[in-house]
Amino acid sequence: MKKFLALALAAAMSLSLAACGNNSGSTSPDNPPASNPGSASSAGSDASTPVENNGSDFKVGAVYITSQNDVAGYTFQHHSGITTAMKALGLDPADLIVVDNVPDNDDTAVANAIDTVVNQGADIVFGISFGYINAMNDKSEDYPDVIFSHGTGYMANDTNFNNYFGRIYQARYLAGIAAGMKSLELGNNNIGYVAAYNREYAETCSGINAFALGAQSANPDALVYVNKINAWGDEAKERQAAQALIDTYSCGVISQHCDSAQPQLVAQENGAFGCGYNSDMTEQAPNAHLTSAIWHWNVYYQTAIQAAMDCNGDASKFVENMGGNAYYAGLKEGFVDASPLNEAIAAPNTQAVMTAVRDLMISGEWDVFSGVRLSYNIGEDGSVEIVKTDAPLRCDGVELKDGSLVDRDFEIVPAGGPSVDDGVIKGSMNYNVAGVVEG
Amino acid sequence: MNDPINVLTLFLFNIVLVNIPLLYGTVGEIVVEKAGSLDLGVEGTMAVGAIFGYLAGCMTNSLAVGLLVSFLGAGLCGLIFSVLTVSLQANQNVTGLTITTFGLGLYFFVGKGMGERWPAMTGASALVDGFAALEFPLLSKIPILGKVVFSQNVLVYLGIAIAVLVWWYLNFTKTGLRLRAVGENPGAADSVGVNILLYKYVHIIAGSGIMGLGGFYMALNMSGSFEGSNCWINGYGWIAIALVIFANWNPVLAVLGTLVFGFFNTLQIYSGALAGAFPGALGWLNAIPAQLYKALPFLITAIVLIASSVRKREGSGQPAALGLNYFREER
Repeated sequence: MKKFLALALAAAMSLSLAACGNNSGSTSPDNPPASNPGSASSAGSDASTPVENNGSDFKVGAVYITSQNDVAGYTFQHHSGITTAMKALGLDPADLIVVDNVPDNDDTAVANAIDTVVNQGADIVFGISFGYINAMNDKSEDYPDVIFSHGTGYMANDTNFNNYFGRIYQARYLAGIAAGMKSLELGNNNIGYVAAYNREYAETCSGINAFALGAQSANPDALVYVNKINAWGDEAKERQAAQALIDTYSCGVISQHCDSAQPQLVAQENGAFGCGYNSDMTEQAPNAHLTSAIWHWNVYYQTAIQAAMDCNGDASKFVENMGGNAYYAGLKEGFVDASPLNEAIAAPNTQAVMTAVRDLMISGEWDVFSGVRLSYNIGEDGSVEIVKTDAPLRCDGVELKDGSLVDRDFEIVPAGGPSVDDGVIKGSMNYNVAGVVEG
Repeated sequence: MNDPINVLTLFLFNIVLVNIPLLYGTVGEIVVEKAGSLDLGVEGTMAVGAIFGYLAGCMTNSLAVGLLVSFLGAGLCGLIFSVLTVSLQANQNVTGLTITTFGLGLYFFVGKGMGERWPAMTGASALVDGFAALEFPLLSKIPILGKVVFSQNVLVYLGIAIAVLVWWYLNFTKTGLRLRAVGENPGAADSVGVNILLYKYVHIIAGSGIMGLGGFYMALNMSGSFEGSNCWINGYGWIAIALVIFANWNPVLAVLGTLVFGFFNTLQIYSGALAGAFPGALGWLNAIPAQLYKALPFLITAIVLIASSVRKREGSGQPAALGLNYFREER
């Protein structure tokens, strides 16, 4: 027995030695590999070919928070946006260089990911998560010949680094209309909202406010109860939060600002209705889902890649080509929208009202956070008349800080006043409008 | 409209409903650890039990088949762990972590592989009915307590029954006492004729199977909805490992540990509703920063772990040979 074991071990050892020998043989550096990783391209093209941005060998880089192989969610939306844009511009999606699963709380990891895509020849680098902001900023200085574009951020320079985001609040206002009309039909003024965060981020806060204003335009008595889960995506928590809103406040409609379709599924299981986010969730919850606030990321990516290609190798012209270093588009540009209404379950005339308000926002005559409140007169024939009323936009309620009450009852915009500044909507909104309840 | 008693009842009800899978994981891990093996693969084991149990339960439209398959699927993870650590003497920590990676990988592989063919739980009436609240006659009418204790689903009661049963088994049966001997001093147990190999294999597999039942529970609690961005288990496997120490390797105390962790876990969801229902007494809940809510369950677990390691040794239920492989020829 022992002999056999020894024999077997000896055999294994000699085999592994042989394997080592083979390995060293195959990698013996007769001629050292091209020692210019900086100019190496992903396709491994000849070093003799000069790298020129004539469009055909234009390479796009992207740093993702999860994987390009996802079948849904935030990264999935961006990845399909980038590939769609590349196809539309005649680029081969194989020329997209991606680093997956880059945590957004680790500047070193982000910097390494950026180095990777740049060293593989990316001409423009997209970073999709907010937390990449510092690394993107630093690297835009290290690599002046490469273009950097950061989603949801606020940093930029005047040459090769911009940021991009959209007026998703406009789409949420439209979804709010669908929710408000449904609540009117149900005779239940309580609407739930599963939020990743609320007043911690202007993005979530403005979304909640816009949704509430949209709901109130259709149903002035509508109340929006917000349950925040303190994470951008957590399927179990999203489910529990939606269930809690239905159980504790008898909410008849559930909206959401979180990644998965769980809130819509919970609404369906409870015979309630809902408005989703990011993608059309009618497929997941056909008996509950009314409409979603959605992004058309390819609209931005196509604009940005086109502008980058037009630089013809001079990355510093990118911001000029984009017409500014902060891209902020909305319904008008087709960057955000409400997904097709689930007419089988929506309240009557919802589509007509949504279309009318959508047209109004596209025209630029009116925007969500202004001192003009909308209401609707719906004719017998289904025609919609939008009634504009000058009314102050108010914040209400009290906030508890260190055990003491802080009165937050103030006027945001006076009656008839102009819409809140974009900078506030994007960056500093930290209050809820009247009718929003933190539940 | 927002009746305070109703909010309180719902809060307490959800502490039990949402967190009972932890009990399965903890009790399963206690069984494994009592055999002297430290299995860090709870997360992966639960994931495997969850997905195979759910799929089998849906396809056969049977709660019993779902339970059985989740037990067997997770038991298979236990078998792999046993073969590697008991027979081949591999490092237990590394093997456990491997099981986690393997289990989660298998979970996503199978789930994403199903694609369009993924069965909805609504199509399996037996699972829906089996997971529905079981209302005890009369008892369920008691205010608050009736809903919280006497209107849970059958798997809640099964979990508690298993915990009590395991406690009885470990303390009052001959095999249970022998098992503890294996965990404390396998050499001594071996010398009096206890079949160490058999005891380890059987209990690692059975313990893993119990974890798998917890996974199956989580699948049903998620209504079997697979979206592929998070795993159903969502970190509960790791908490279960910590709760074993919290419970001092006592399955009945594990029930308490589950409820304490569950309290803080569910508080995050219900803080707003509770603050609204009791503005005077609990209004301050709204002033707690969101990040703290998220960290709270884990902070509490960490504090308890520190506390229980301070009290160490004196009456500690930790098996003396925990984490050490038993190699007979070194006896």
